[in-house]
Amino acid sequence: MGLNEEVELMRNIPLFAKIDPPKLKLLAFASERMIFSAGQELFHHGDHGDMAYIIIEGNAEIAIDTPTGEMTVAKVGKNDIVGEIAILCDVPRTATVRAIDQVTTLAISKDLFFQMISEYPQMAIEIMRELAQRLEHSNALLREAKAS
Amino acid sequence: MEKNIYAYILRYSKKQQIVITLIAAVSLPFLYAFYELPKRIINEAIQGKNVTFPLEIQGISFDQITYLFTLCGLFLALVLVNQGFKYLINVYKGLSGERMLRRLRYDLYSRVLRFPQPVFRKMSQGEITQMINAEVEPLGGFIGDAFSTPAFQGGTLLVIFGFVLYQDVWLAAAAIMFYPVQFYVIPKLQRKVNLLAKTRVRLVRGLSERLGETVSGVQEIHASNTARLELAGISRRLGDIFETRFKIFLWKFIIKFINNTVNQMGPFFFYSVGGYFVINGRLELGTLVAVIAANKDLAAPWKELLNYYQRREDARIKYDQVTEQFEPPAMMDEETQLAEPETVTALRGAISASAVRLEDDTGHATIDGASFRIEPGEHIAVVGAGGSGKDQLAALLARLVVPSGGSLRLDDLKLEELPEAVTGRRIGFVGSSAYMFATTVRDNLTYGLKHRPLIPAEYDPDDRAARTKWEQEAARAGNSIDDPNADWIDYQAAGVTDATALTPRLLEVLRIVDLEDDIYMLGLRGTIDPAGRPDLTDLILKARAEFQKRLRDPELSQLVEVFDVERFNENATVGENLLFGRPVGDTFNLDQLAAHPYVLEVLEIAGLTDDMLAAGRHVASTMVELFADLPPGHEFFERYAFISHEDLPTYQALLARLGREGAGALKPEERTILLSLPFRVAPARHRLDMATDDFKAKLLKARQIFSDNLPHDLRQAVEQFDEKRYTAAASLQDNILFGKLAYGHARGSERIGAVMSEVIATLALRDDVIEVGLDHHVGIGGGRLSSVQRQKLGIARAILKRPDLLILNEATAIIDGASEARILEKLLDEFQGRGVVWVLHRARLANHFGRVLVMQGGRIVEEGNYSDLDGEGSVLHELLQTE
Repeated sequence: MGLNEEVELMRNIPLFAKIDPPKLKLLAFASERMIFSAGQELFHHGDHGDMAYIIIEGNAEIAIDTPTGEMTVAKVGKNDIVGEIAILCDVPRTATVRAIDQVTTLAISKDLFFQMISEYPQMAIEIMRELAQRLEHSNALLREAKAS
Repeated sequence: MEKNIYAYILRYSKKQQIVITLIAAVSLPFLYAFYELPKRIINEAIQGKNVTFPLEIQGISFDQITYLFTLCGLFLALVLVNQGFKYLINVYKGLSGERMLRRLRYDLYSRVLRFPQPVFRKMSQGEITQMINAEVEPLGGFIGDAFSTPAFQGGTLLVIFGFVLYQDVWLAAAAIMFYPVQFYVIPKLQRKVNLLAKTRVRLVRGLSERLGETVSGVQEIHASNTARLELAGISRRLGDIFETRFKIFLWKFIIKFINNTVNQMGPFFFYSVGGYFVINGRLELGTLVAVIAANKDLAAPWKELLNYYQRREDARIKYDQVTEQFEPPAMMDEETQLAEPETVTALRGAISASAVRLEDDTGHATIDGASFRIEPGEHIAVVGAGGSGKDQLAALLARLVVPSGGSLRLDDLKLEELPEAVTGRRIGFVGSSAYMFATTVRDNLTYGLKHRPLIPAEYDPDDRAARTKWEQEAARAGNSIDDPNADWIDYQAAGVTDATALTPRLLEVLRIVDLEDDIYMLGLRGTIDPAGRPDLTDLILKARAEFQKRLRDPELSQLVEVFDVERFNENATVGENLLFGRPVGDTFNLDQLAAHPYVLEVLEIAGLTDDMLAAGRHVASTMVELFADLPPGHEFFERYAFISHEDLPTYQALLARLGREGAGALKPEERTILLSLPFRVAPARHRLDMATDDFKAKLLKARQIFSDNLPHDLRQAVEQFDEKRYTAAASLQDNILFGKLAYGHARGSERIGAVMSEVIATLALRDDVIEVGLDHHVGIGGGRLSSVQRQKLGIARAILKRPDLLILNEATAIIDGASEARILEKLLDEFQGRGVVWVLHRARLANHFGRVLVMQGGRIVEEGNYSDLDGEGSVLHELLQTE
């Protein structure tokens, strides 16, 4: 897959929708494409992390460690971004992400990520929106759990 | 050293100086004849005065013409003889000067080796380098001249003066009438120059010290943003040097001015007074011409003599200033350092210290009244806070410093009087930052075994003769005639029989210091000479085959793109794809492929030139588009760009011209620039959409053409990949891999590394790989190793020589705890029955030792068993609490 194709793909991701194509191209060029085989972990709960991943292709599951063992909390797929929390707040990975089938990602380093956010507030807003949605989702799960 | 340069010269080159002086003396009569002859040519042969032709000499008769030509022939012969003498003298004095310079440098270096340790706190590396390299350099030139110049030039001067004197007393007096002025004035001026020269030497030494410090402390400079301060400091120093040098020039040229002016006075008198005499008939014209010629020649030796005087002063000062630095008090004597005892027996006795005192250069006692005993074979821990004197204790025991008071004995011998042959072989020492020499791991390990040449190097007859000549010359300069090429390794000291048996022992020692894995990794990245190790290359090829077999697992196969002559390798650069091999040497350097005529020819034949130019244009425009807005020095330039920030405008202009005028308008060097870009692109990694299927097909064709038509003289410049052959230019790892890691697979290199280790283990290749790692070059000061690796290697070096007593001074302080514990255990086990004194940075580790010495304020305050000492209120207990 070439750079231009990657740029096309990224433009369909809401997070990057508002970024100028040349900048997007630079982002694509500077980030690393990384393929994970089915079952391979993108990262593990509790690890130190310095990369966020944009899923270009394939599906992955998000799981958290609980006292009773691992629990799958969500599934992610094409155009989703994972791993941004660890690099945003400098905390260990808050969950494990595991490839379900072969997953192709674009790995963005912490430095690059912050550089892009500071240059494109629009991107920050998109990330906020994404995080808010996830929070809402978690709250919903919590409510359900309490109710049952 | 001799107190002045003349004493030094006479002591070591009296014979040569006498020979030079004699040659100079012998040459003088010929010189006189050379001045006499023109007079006769003019007066007798040309003007026919005082002779009647035909002239009878020794039964041969000459008419005027033959007489003229005979004399002229004689004149020519004298020219040759005189120049011949000059040449002979110059060569001989050059030889003796260089020989003396060699001796002087060698002497100074050998003194550096014997300096007491504290000297190096006051004298920097930069200063020593400056003195031995630069400051003594002019001395060599001067030494050759020391006697020959006054003899030859002085003699010449006397001859010419004698000649003039013989012709006419008044003219002679006129020629030298100003010499007394010069005798009086010049030394006075020279004294000023001398003082300035001394200052200059001091200033330049300061500068080189500062330069050395900058190199060593460059990290601090960056980390503290003090470049400006450093620049200011250097500027001040350079300013001082400038001023001093300029003043020297001023005075030197004043001296020159006076000399030259005075010398020009002679002709004035010749023309006026001499002319007057000729007109009056008191002097013959021929004589005047000869005298004028002689006077002109008088100026040259006189000038040489004055120059010599200046250089002598310069040399005298330099010699004094250098030698006074090389005579520190308490220098070890040569005998102690170099004496080779009949046998060096093991140290069996106990070491006993009584009231040992050690003062630093301010007179403060860092060790004060220490008394203790170390029985043979005992394992002792020394603990204490920083500044307790434990470092100094280690240095004392290793005889790196000598006590200022009290006595430190081995049995009944004073430790300080033992020859280095005993202390350096039977005692081992590892400090807290072991030094590595800029050579291989193996040489660094065996460094502690090389005390003297043991097995002479083998030479073929020609080299043998050259070597013998070399030795004779070295002996003449008082240099060492030991052969660095000989085998210096004392195998017996390492407890093995020969070189073959040493290697397993090296691996064993590496295991003790927990360094085996590191050296294994270095080995994987190392290369071997297949001719030297045919057995190993076969094994590596087996490993390659085994590795390929494992790659059949689809999970793994996607991680490596194997070299295949029929296929384009997406993970290799276009350049590598074209060569399909490793460049050997610089001919096909991957960065300069586009400039090589053969490569260009291949591209042309394959019909690839236009595609490559188009690809170059594509890469350039992408780069310009991506990077145009980035600030200079942005990390992307380093990480991804084939173009540096400074070059961006060049490419922009190039692209603009391409757009306007097409590829035909490019100059050859511009084509090279453009062509070189795609060569560096690896399609899978750079994702520049450059390599279309058509491009790849053409490139494969070009690969074929490149290899089929490679001219004979270029065959050596590239080593093409062949599944059945070992690639000498590639590392072991790359040889096993025989392909490229596929880009973009998570943890791909780890997974492949693990498979490779499995393969290596299966084929029992691990030790061989480590052996290759032993040939890894560690870089300057061991810079290509980590500090932990250097430290472990330092300990391994000390273990290898099997000392009777090993002293470690916080040698494992920077090593992580787990590794340190392993080393401690294995090392103490290895040294069962032999002594170990380990100065610990963590008191807790002392519980592994039979006895503990606790130091405080330069004294040994507690001594005994760890568990006995570790009680409430003890110093050891306190140390443990603060850890």
